[in-house]
Amino acid sequence: MTLTVAPVKKPRSRKIGMPYLLLLPGMLWLITFFLIPILTLVKTSVNMDLKNYDPTSAATGSFWGNFWEAFRTHEAPFARSFIYALAATLIALCIAYPLAYGIAFKAGRWKNVLLVLVVAPFFTSFILRTIAWKQILGQQGPVFHLLLNLHLVTYQSHITASAGAVIAGLSYNFLPFMTLPLYSSLERIDPRTLEASGDLYANAFTTFRKVTLPLSLPGVVAGTLLTFIPAAGDYVNAEILGNPSTTMIGNVINAQFLRTSNYTLAAALSFVFMVMIIGIVLFYISRAGTEELV
Amino acid sequence: MSDASTSAKGDLKLTNVTKSFGEFTAVDNLSLVIPEGSFFALLGPSGCGKTTTLRMIAGLETPTTGTIFVGDTEITDMRPYKRPVNTVFQNYALFPHLSIFENVAFGLRRRGVKDKDVTEQVEKVLNLVELPHLAQRKPTQLSGGQQQRIAVARAIVNRPALLLLDEPLGALDLKLRRQMQIELKWIQTEVGLTFVHVTHDQEEAMTMADTIAVMNEGRIEQMGSPADLYDNPKTAFVANFLGQSNLIQGKIVDSDGDSHVVDLYGQKVSVLKRRTVAKDSSVLFGIRPEKLRIQPDSHDKPGNVLIGGKISDVSYIGVSTQYQVEMPWGQEIMVFEQNDDGIPPLDKGDEVRLSWEPIFSFALNGHEDAQAGVDVEPEAE
Repeated sequence: MTLTVAPVKKPRSRKIGMPYLLLLPGMLWLITFFLIPILTLVKTSVNMDLKNYDPTSAATGSFWGNFWEAFRTHEAPFARSFIYALAATLIALCIAYPLAYGIAFKAGRWKNVLLVLVVAPFFTSFILRTIAWKQILGQQGPVFHLLLNLHLVTYQSHITASAGAVIAGLSYNFLPFMTLPLYSSLERIDPRTLEASGDLYANAFTTFRKVTLPLSLPGVVAGTLLTFIPAAGDYVNAEILGNPSTTMIGNVINAQFLRTSNYTLAAALSFVFMVMIIGIVLFYISRAGTEELV
Repeated sequence: MSDASTSAKGDLKLTNVTKSFGEFTAVDNLSLVIPEGSFFALLGPSGCGKTTTLRMIAGLETPTTGTIFVGDTEITDMRPYKRPVNTVFQNYALFPHLSIFENVAFGLRRRGVKDKDVTEQVEKVLNLVELPHLAQRKPTQLSGGQQQRIAVARAIVNRPALLLLDEPLGALDLKLRRQMQIELKWIQTEVGLTFVHVTHDQEEAMTMADTIAVMNEGRIEQMGSPADLYDNPKTAFVANFLGQSNLIQGKIVDSDGDSHVVDLYGQKVSVLKRRTVAKDSSVLFGIRPEKLRIQPDSHDKPGNVLIGGKISDVSYIGVSTQYQVEMPWGQEIMVFEQNDDGIPPLDKGDEVRLSWEPIFSFALNGHEDAQAGVDVEPEAE
């Protein structure tokens, strides 16, 4: 009997190539729709000199000069963006935490129904929902009537077209982004650890403070980021529910791009905003120190 | 804090405790006294009410009726965090976000113990469970056995009047479980606390506990020392759940001094009166498989004997041989024989007789189900 030795194939070369091959579509996507646009944005933002703005001139602006100029001339919308987003994030957190807690621990067989209800608003358009808020807060709406009956407002006043309305709209629109990560981190908590806490002399409040809250922190961090970032960049709420003195940076960029056609300024503003958001997120994550929890 | 969580001491007394969940009665009129300092086991199959009983003692459930006392302090409706009770949970329930040190210190800190004393007591108890070097780790970095010991440490550091253990070894593999059984028993002797241990594993209960209460369908079937339960079962359930028993339907036909004469399908045997639990003449005659002697049917030997058996199955296990013997009335009888006499095991199909020392047999109420506790699922997991 003769032994035939099968030729040893080299599977290594194929195996090494495979992950890169799988990465390729994603990489191409990111390069085409993220990297190139960003570079284009940076390039556009120095197309003209913003300080001595003259659409007919061919003079290009300096890199830092233009960013500084864009920031300096729009400090108020920048500040409003972050303040409104922060307020909306805090309100959403206060509403979403008890909601997510209830769904995770108390809902029993209604859990899935409630989760669907949390996501249900996404079935209608974002703009439509925001316009609906205009009706809800408007003078014919239930909120106004309630406040009227409580003598907190008069017929002459209005609650739409105000900073409060913008913040209310933002907190409402991004509530599911807060609720879902909170739910998933609360749902992962072993109820026996809560029983163990009670067993070890902690009352309900201490159990929440020492066990539930720390264990849900990853959800708090994820939820606040998912709410804060899009809320800060949003312009629909300020457009529909606000007034000229509540413009956020998104509105300014929108106007510069679509109405004034000052692409240089719009691009510079976008870039400055992006850098600020990245800065805030990095600072927040480093302070929250969640890497030990996940 | 000068409440019951530190001051109450004494025996644990459950009086007429019932717990119903809707239509279902999990614990049915249970009364029980667990003496201070004992290692007590609640043993029973899945759904027998043992865990519910434990949770009522811990305060995680409230009894529908009845009272629970520790010494002179009533704890029936007391909030869990006020009770002089700590629990070692199934799967340990350690706090994943806290270090081992802080896990163990949790109870002490909640009771406002000073930092210096916390450090001292935590270190002491970590030494007791032989894991002081793991103080700064997180629970997920520990093995199952280590987590188990930390769960025990986290509970006993509080010096509760009662330590409750809810299937504490269920998640460990067999070898580690045996080792932890010995260790837990040692810790209990060392700290002198009352341990109440819930388990479905009869071997575990018998190894560790001074007193075992066998539970079935929300009631205590029988309570006693491991040896007492094994040697003197009072119900068919106990006879079958703790070890194995052969239970043969019979009738008391005569009495002779301190013995009853029992008719088993036409063959007469005797059983001691003090080992008989019967309502009337109908009895279940019981004998443990290892107490039986098996001989070829021609063999002549005085004493209690059943003849006419035929070996239907033989399993050779090394230290012993297990036989199944079919009796003339169709019942299969189990016999365990030590391989210590140099005689080769009998073969399948051999005609045999079974004999035993009369003191080893017992008799139970003949109206009980002879199969009770035979095929119960130890734990539905």
